[in-house]
Amino acid sequence: MSAPTTTAPTTAAAGTERAGPRRRARIRRARRTAAVLVALAAWQVLAQFRVNLWLRFAQFPTVTETAREFARRLGTATYWQDVSDSLTRIVGGFALAAVLGVAVGTAVARSPLAADLLGPLLEVLRPVPAIALVPVAILLFPSNEQGIVFITCAAAFFPVTVSTRHAVRALTPVWEEAVRTMGGGRWRVLCSVVLPGALPGILGGLSVGIGVSWICVISAEMISGEYGVGYRTWQDYTIVDYPGVFVGMATIGLLGRFTSTAVELLGRRLTRWLPRTAHAAPPSTGGRSRRRAGRTLLGGTS
Amino acid sequence: MTGTGITAAAPAREPAPGLRLTLGNAVLGRPGAPVLEGVDLEVAPGEILTVVGPSGCGKSTLLRTLAGLLPLLDGRLSQDGAPAEGPGADRALVFQEDALLPWRTLRGNVELPLAVRGVARAERRQRADAWLARVGLAEHAARLPHHVSGGQRQRAQLARALAGRPRAVLMDEPFGALDAQTRAGMQQLLVTALRGTGATVVFVTHDVDEALFLGDRVALLGTGRVLDVPRPRDRAAHAEPATVALRREILASLGDRPGP
Repeated sequence: MSAPTTTAPTTAAAGTERAGPRRRARIRRARRTAAVLVALAAWQVLAQFRVNLWLRFAQFPTVTETAREFARRLGTATYWQDVSDSLTRIVGGFALAAVLGVAVGTAVARSPLAADLLGPLLEVLRPVPAIALVPVAILLFPSNEQGIVFITCAAAFFPVTVSTRHAVRALTPVWEEAVRTMGGGRWRVLCSVVLPGALPGILGGLSVGIGVSWICVISAEMISGEYGVGYRTWQDYTIVDYPGVFVGMATIGLLGRFTSTAVELLGRRLTRWLPRTAHAAPPSTGGRSRRRAGRTLLGGTS
Repeated sequence: MTGTGITAAAPAREPAPGLRLTLGNAVLGRPGAPVLEGVDLEVAPGEILTVVGPSGCGKSTLLRTLAGLLPLLDGRLSQDGAPAEGPGADRALVFQEDALLPWRTLRGNVELPLAVRGVARAERRQRADAWLARVGLAEHAARLPHHVSGGQRQRAQLARALAGRPRAVLMDEPFGALDAQTRAGMQQLLVTALRGTGATVVFVTHDVDEALFLGDRVALLGTGRVLDVPRPRDRAAHAEPATVALRREILASLGDRPGP
């Protein structure tokens, strides 16, 4: 008789405790979906009724027109060719920028010689927007393709270099001193202390860099590309295919989101060692425990 | 202490005897800002020399100079009679602050000096684990430094310093940030861990009792005096008249220094 009365409240409490965060998560997801749906509905209404209140929506394609065009293009080979061309250019340019940026940033931060030789040059080149290098790219490179990769690389190079330089300068000196008193030389210090220690800062630069890279790859394609999402979008604009322009914009948005998420996830993987607030997970269980920590965080705010 | 890993690894190389470290008429400090001048100090092979002095008197400067991190402004530094330049694996430094690499596990940190010396991966791991067991951290080997306590971090730092089998260990107030109880345990642990290594130790502290417990000799920095400790590493000697007299003498000399 007494057993059920004592067990019942505890299971009920555990039940609500577990359901609470899950329901909150569901509410948040619903809220996010609703925000997107409301924006799309507003667009549909404004375009459908050709609203003209100083801002003119008369020429705007509606959501349904854009969606229909998007669906049609997904079935064409040209669309996928455009997407793969743009992705190839950005991945090439960005990877090049990441390697060069980390190398130059580290050299400038650690070697007075490199700082003297490269520092002034970088400071003068940095303010030049990468897209203004289009004429230079056309002069320098035999093919358009290489020119676009060059511009994409130039765009991401500076954020990566600058953040690497700052991160390397801000390293705790005892880490390096510890390795040096173990008999470690320049390369050992570089590989075991400087690069891993500066990684959180470098990743910040990479995140900024991938965003700037997209701006420049699309702009460069619009100016001088053959194929590519930017080229196609501009092409559609010149032949007054407005739904096509909007499909291009949506594609750029989705691709940008995809690549920056990839950079973000890679970063989180590489910097798992960073202390993460008071709810930091115990080390052995890795990813799963972080999710659990997140849940207790949600529980704590209730 | 079973320490099978240690005894198994030891015969691989002849036991490293302690270094003799000598400072002659040395001027220490940063360029343009000398902290200590005319320092003459001889540390005998295998001894534990504790260094006491009021804060700001240049204890850390002395240690960094001995480690080779800070170049001499004048005078000479020699190890075993030969001039010593720059840092080296035979002079390990244990820092006051947390100097473990935060992205490496405790095991990864202890393996680092072995990796620098080019020890093969399997042996590296075995030796690191043996040292972690020796300082009582066997079950924390896979943890990251910020997931263990301050005392455990200092123990890991000690294991890391000793794992490279240095001939001299330079310790810069390694237990300064620990509470009194942990500190006493750490002193005992240090004595146990050093046993059999034969390494010369220079141990900087501002705690006179710590200096008297650990040191074969106590150097009073700033006065140039080095005093023999009657019964080093014996807790029972704490209340003996000779130790009490020595403590009084050290305290008096520390107290006199900043006065007019």
